[in-house]
Amino acid sequence: MNIPKELKYSKDHEWVKLEGNIATIGITDFAQSQLGDVVFVELPEIGAEFSAGEGFAVVESVKAVSDVYAPVAGTVTEANTTLADAPEVVNQDPYGEGWIVKLEVADESELGELMDSDAYEQLIGEGGH
Amino acid sequence: MTARQTPLYETHVKYGGKIVEFGGWLLPVRYTGILDEHKAVREKAGLFDVSHMGEVLVTGPDALVFLQKLVTNDVSRLADTQVQYTPMCYPDGGTVDDLLIYKRNHDEYLLVINAANIEKDWRWLTENSAGFDVELTNLSDETAELALQGPLAEAILRNLTDTPVEQLGYYWFIPEARVAGKTVMLSRTGYTGEDGFEIYCCPEEAAYLWEAVMEAGRPYGLMPAGLGCRDTLRFEAALPLYGHELSAAVTPIEAGIDKFVSLDKGEFNGRATLAEQKAHGPKRKIAGFVLTGRGIPRADYPVISEGRRIGTVTTGSYAPTLDKNIGLALVEAGYAQPGQQFDVEIRGKNVPAQVIAKPFYRRKGE
Repeated sequence: MNIPKELKYSKDHEWVKLEGNIATIGITDFAQSQLGDVVFVELPEIGAEFSAGEGFAVVESVKAVSDVYAPVAGTVTEANTTLADAPEVVNQDPYGEGWIVKLEVADESELGELMDSDAYEQLIGEGGH
Repeated sequence: MTARQTPLYETHVKYGGKIVEFGGWLLPVRYTGILDEHKAVREKAGLFDVSHMGEVLVTGPDALVFLQKLVTNDVSRLADTQVQYTPMCYPDGGTVDDLLIYKRNHDEYLLVINAANIEKDWRWLTENSAGFDVELTNLSDETAELALQGPLAEAILRNLTDTPVEQLGYYWFIPEARVAGKTVMLSRTGYTGEDGFEIYCCPEEAAYLWEAVMEAGRPYGLMPAGLGCRDTLRFEAALPLYGHELSAAVTPIEAGIDKFVSLDKGEFNGRATLAEQKAHGPKRKIAGFVLTGRGIPRADYPVISEGRRIGTVTTGSYAPTLDKNIGLALVEAGYAQPGQQFDVEIRGKNVPAQVIAKPFYRRKGE
């Protein structure tokens, strides 16, 4: 299971990469493997505001519908519209081209609540999902 | 209730199956991926474990009259070693289950019933057998079942048997065939919309047979196939699934499987309601639809027209062979004709859909 060291992780299996105050968010390799073939991604509107823990995108595999939760509060600045035509990229490249949403972070202190790669590895190792 | 394992549980784990609980059974939802497995069954072949299905043997001089009373199809039309699909109804026309009847001879029939309905069906059959000279035997625990499905199924099976399987007609069976050196019941049946065979065997020989079929199928691109693609395959073929398109609250006429309701065979459970629905049309009907807006319809989503709820999605999915998001829905009959439009409510938003003809997928030459 691929768990990049430089990213932060939520207990709901999102990853976060912070650049300035913009957080790029996607679902982890573990999450995509649990879901199976992703066939649809519902993206939020640009400018929509979400609080931490709120569902802000939906990833659907053939069998399952899964919410993607905002790991931190913020405003949507960009959504990965290439996923509309190629949702399978979430399976193929979850940490790269398969990113889902960029958020302008409202309160950077919330990032401290997220896990580092070691803690996340422990979480999925314990079967927590 | 703890979930049960089929005799192939260890085999599924060995083949990398992702195990889920389904109707009280631990079964693989997928191995490599639902889309891969779906494609393999449509283009080559897939091997399924359907050992969780139930089997009830009906024997005795009254076997035929008993079954004629219980099910809606005309069992008297069956020849020895022929198979028939039929709904089984309550007196009010609601559906107890849908099943396959294998006629061995005039006083011996094997019913293959849905796994989740085994106890309910057994109770229903035994309660209704009063006054008939029949004996019922629940063989569910003594029977394992493999389904080899896909256009290359026959070619694969030919490597494992001396039986001329190419001569076995669709919905016929061989009571005792030799497959990979074991004695099995072999039928040309299945629920994927493809050609294929179902192999009934004793639980002790299931894993051996699985390996033998996989080995014989390797050069043909045979893949182990899980519950996930079993559902997308039967759904594209618009075959009803009990608990979705059929239930105690839904009649076979409402489900659109009228051709399996034989009103001219005499009295049977549910006949009055089914005759009335067939004559005047049911008030609700299963419609097939394609979502024309963005999203995936799922079971239980509301179907809306002009702000009013007119029905409910019974099955919905991305359809791999068609590359479209489609569904089946139980709707007011006036909305069930191809070309009709309605909305499906997905997470609070109304997404437009259009009714299209069923089945969504039909295999070549069918």
